[in-house]
Formats: sequence, C-alpha cells, structure tokens
Amino acid sequence: MNATELSAREIARLVALRELSAVEVARAYLARREAVDARVRAFLHPAPADEVLRAARAVDEKVARGETPGPLAGVPVAVKDNISVEGRPLTCGSRILEGYRAPYSATAVRRLLAAGALVVGGANMDEFAMGSSTENSAYFPTHNPWDLARVPGGSSGGPAAAVAAQEAALALGSDTGGSVRQPAALCGVVGLKPTYGRVSRYGLVAFASSLDQIGPFARDVTDVALALSVIAGHDPMDATSAQVPVGDYVRAAEAGVRGLRIGVPRELVEADGIDGDVRELVAAALETLAERGAHVEECHLPTAATALEAYYVVAPAEASANLARFDGVRYGFRAAAGDLEAMYARTRGEGFGREVRRRIALGTFALSAGYREAYYLRAQRVRQKLLLDFQRAFARYDLLAAPTSPTVAFPLGERVEDPLSMYVNDICTIPASLAGLPAISVPCGFSGGLPVGLQLIGPAFAEETLFRAAGAYQDATSWHRRRPPLGGLAPAGGRRRG
Amino acid sequence: MTQPIADEVVRKVAELARLALPEDELRALTADLARILERVARLGTVDVEGVPPFSHGALLESVWREDDPRPGLPREAALALAPEARDGYYRVPVVVRRDGEEKP
Repeated sequence: MNATELSAREIARLVALRELSAVEVARAYLARREAVDARVRAFLHPAPADEVLRAARAVDEKVARGETPGPLAGVPVAVKDNISVEGRPLTCGSRILEGYRAPYSATAVRRLLAAGALVVGGANMDEFAMGSSTENSAYFPTHNPWDLARVPGGSSGGPAAAVAAQEAALALGSDTGGSVRQPAALCGVVGLKPTYGRVSRYGLVAFASSLDQIGPFARDVTDVALALSVIAGHDPMDATSAQVPVGDYVRAAEAGVRGLRIGVPRELVEADGIDGDVRELVAAALETLAERGAHVEECHLPTAATALEAYYVVAPAEASANLARFDGVRYGFRAAAGDLEAMYARTRGEGFGREVRRRIALGTFALSAGYREAYYLRAQRVRQKLLLDFQRAFARYDLLAAPTSPTVAFPLGERVEDPLSMYVNDICTIPASLAGLPAISVPCGFSGGLPVGLQLIGPAFAEETLFRAAGAYQDATSWHRRRPPLGGLAPAGGRRRG
Repeated sequence: MTQPIADEVVRKVAELARLALPEDELRALTADLARILERVARLGTVDVEGVPPFSHGALLESVWREDDPRPGLPREAALALAPEARDGYYRVPVVVRRDGEEKP
C-alpha cells in the first residue's frame, strides 16, 4: 500500500489501528517529494527528512503506548510560508524576511501537530500573498502538476500544488481575496476559505487583517472537513476568532444536499472574462446537485459586479499599514545606509518585490489626505452594500454557487507583467472575502486537460451547509480521483524577480 | 474619481511609505497606479447614498479580557532575529545628528 494514495482520514485511521506506521507514511511522502518536487517546486523550505521521521516516530510511540494519537495521526501537511511553525524558516515568499525563523507556532499549526499531523515543509507563495499565480515569489515559481508550463494559481500555489502532486495529504493556505480557492481550482484539489473568525489567525503573517483567513486544502471534501474540525475554534491569542461552536463537518460532508436551496448569482457567472468551458462545467455541476435534490435557480448580487474594484482599494490599504513593520530593525533583511530614515526606505525599496511595492503605494495613496474619502471610504461603502446584497440572497437561499476562477491555469509568464490582468483572476472569489463568508472550491471537470473548480458560498458560520453540498457533489462525481500527469514542458530554471 | 495620478503624488506616496525607488521604477509605478485607479473609478458608478462605510463591527463584537500579565517571547529570542542587536537592544543607524553634522 502506497500511503500517498490514501486520504488523510484513511492514514489517521490505519495509523491509530497500527495497520500502518506514521514512519511508513512519512517515508512514502518524503520519497514522493524527492521524486517530483524538482519539477513542481511546491516547497520553499522542505522540512529535513530526519525531522519529519522523528515526528512520525513520536506518533508511532504514542500509538504503541496505547494513547489516542489524534484525528490526523501521521498525516503529512504542507504549510504556506506565511504561517509560523516554530523553529522553521518563514519568509512569506519575500527577500525581506530572508533568514527569519518563526519563534513560535501559529495556533492552526499547533492544533494540527496536537492532532498527530507531520509538517513536511513550508510551501511557496506569492510574496506576502499578493498575487494569483505564485510567480511573485521572490525565490522561484511553482509549476502546475497538470501542466508544468502553467501556473498553479496563487497566492497559495505551493500548498495547492503539493497536495495535487501528492507531496502532502493536507495543506494550510491563507485566503484574503481567493488565495486558497483559486489555486485549489487550478490544481484540481479542494480548498476552503472558512468564515472570517472561524480559524485563529495567530501566527499568520498579516496581509489584510479584515479579510485574511487560514484555510485547508486536500484531495477530497471529507479531508478538508476533517482538517477544519481540527483547526477551527476560538483562540484567546486572536481576538477576532469567534466564540461559535465548531460543527461536525465530516458528518456534514456525508449528509447529502437534498432540500438545500442554491442561488446562482448572474453577476458571478456572467462576469467579464469567464471562459465558455468553465461556465458550461459549472452549469453541469449545478445540474448534478439538482439531480441530488438541491433546488437551483438564478439570482442576483448586484454589487458583486464592482467587488473587485472595492477589494483592490481595501486590501492594499490594510496591507500598507500591516507591512509597515518590515523596516530592517527587528528581523529579516537590512540595507546598508548612513541614517535610520534612509535605512528604512532602502531596506523596503530593495527588500520588497514589485507587486508588494505596488500594493503598498496603492494603499498608501488610497488612505492619504485628500484621497481617503474618494477611494478608501467609497470602497468600504461598496463593501457594506455587498454585505447587504448577500444578506438578501441568504434570506432566500442556503448557498450560492459560481465558478471559482474565470479560466483554467494559464501559462507561466503570461500575466505576471500586467497587474490588472492578474487581478481579474480573483473576480469570482473576492465577493465572499469582502463579506467574510465561507466558500469552498471543489473540482468539477476539465477543460483541455486542466481542472476547473465549482465555488460554493455560504452564510457566516454555515460551513456545515457548504460541506453538505460539496460532499454530495463529490459523491456523484469522480473528478477528484483523477491524478495529474506531472507532464508538460517546464521552462528552464527558476526565474528571479527584481 | 478619475483624476490621473501625477508623478509628484507617486513620489510623495513612496516617501510616506518609506520606499526608496530608482527613477525608472517610480515612472513604472506611476503608470501601473494610473491604470489600476482607472479601473477602480468604476466604484463611482455604485449608488452608495445612505450606505455607511463597512467596519469590522459588521462581522464581530469587541471582546474583553482581564489585563493580567502573561509571559511573552523572551527578549533573547526576539533579539536573535534582529539584523543588529547590542546590550539587549536593537541597534540602528544614526537617528539624530548634531547641528552642522554632515549627512553621509
């Protein structure tokens, strides 16, 4: 039995029964990483084999002592490079944090470890989670396992590719405007952005604090449900984490979709640039859900048509404040300069990559005297109006459905020079982000051999409803069981960016 | 909302954000921001009459806790990550100069 073929749930079950050892699981995944990561490049900081094996041995010893090893016993997990794992490198895909090691673990990571999971490495990302292709990593791009000449999506491209290429059974990403859902769609895996406040953000490096949320990736819906049940819940270290009881997500994933009312917002299905194949596959997926007992009908979310514009004011504004802490004093890179002011400006000018500088400038502008009302406050009014649109929609529907990404994975290099063509990749994922709502992407077919994702959006803290629909859809289909060929011509060498 | 963004504005923004950039980068940044802001101007088409700006309160309630001291990150662990530290403090280049002292 090759452990890389098993679900996370199956691994944990077999390890607890001593039918499979965590060490065997770790060896299988380390061998897989060794075999494929030179092509995929999912990991920025692969965990050393001896560390992974040591953690695996500790799980096996726990089982041998008769203790309960936890719901993720022996499950290999990739962690996005903006989520802290104590003692491990953490760079957010940026030069400015080169050499930094996390002095403590994120709460989500602590919970995974306490559940018996094995961290197999820090996974690649767009610098500070700004991007939709992982090409903004200051180190190297990650390749899509379905076609190595294409992007894995972003910003959590490394975690998504690691799961798709079976280098990890689960992964943690972060989603600010679609950074878990979009790479999940482009890599043919399942990805969840939980409700704002569902998962503690303690130990996640902040990008836009009113939007950021940690979310899990897996190859099937039940594993994502299992991962959420481990990482969700209140944390005194994050005042924005909610005091809302954690649901039985795994059970919800098996409960069926019968009777659920699903609205399909015209503004998200008919948005500019949605590929014809994507639209057809999403429509077919909705028919499948209808056959399984859901009531599906078209609806409206008028303000969603300008959600992208509101997001590209609000998120950069928050980023410009959050990223002020990277100044060459307390950690990371410092440029040589004769005085303090020059040191700050040179460190930041040289340490941040082009897209991060662009967003800091955009956000600083939107918040500056004379422009704040016209840009930042107007964007926040549009955001509030979108919230009201969602409230109206959820008075009639249990869930909303849309494509996750307007297109399939695009070629490396195609959009990275043009910020707007990159931003429009987020057009379908941003509305749920602005409203703080949970949303999941599930594989719903292929166009030209590349995966397409169906996005389901729920009311706040209705993750169980999301899992009911996503689980029922997966039960009716087999897209999630296809495995990527790891073929296609990868461009030579890793491109470094200025 | 459709004013183009002037070079001086971008220069000022870079200064406020503490981003030292060479001239060609500043010009490229100005062009990028102009295009992005042109797209963002679509926000002007939304009728937001009477709609308050979104605030965190829409999603969350404020929480309180006792102001009890708790252990934090040990000083040595924090300082170990710094580019330069001495005698238990972060070390930085010159902050204030004496009158008449030359800038480097």
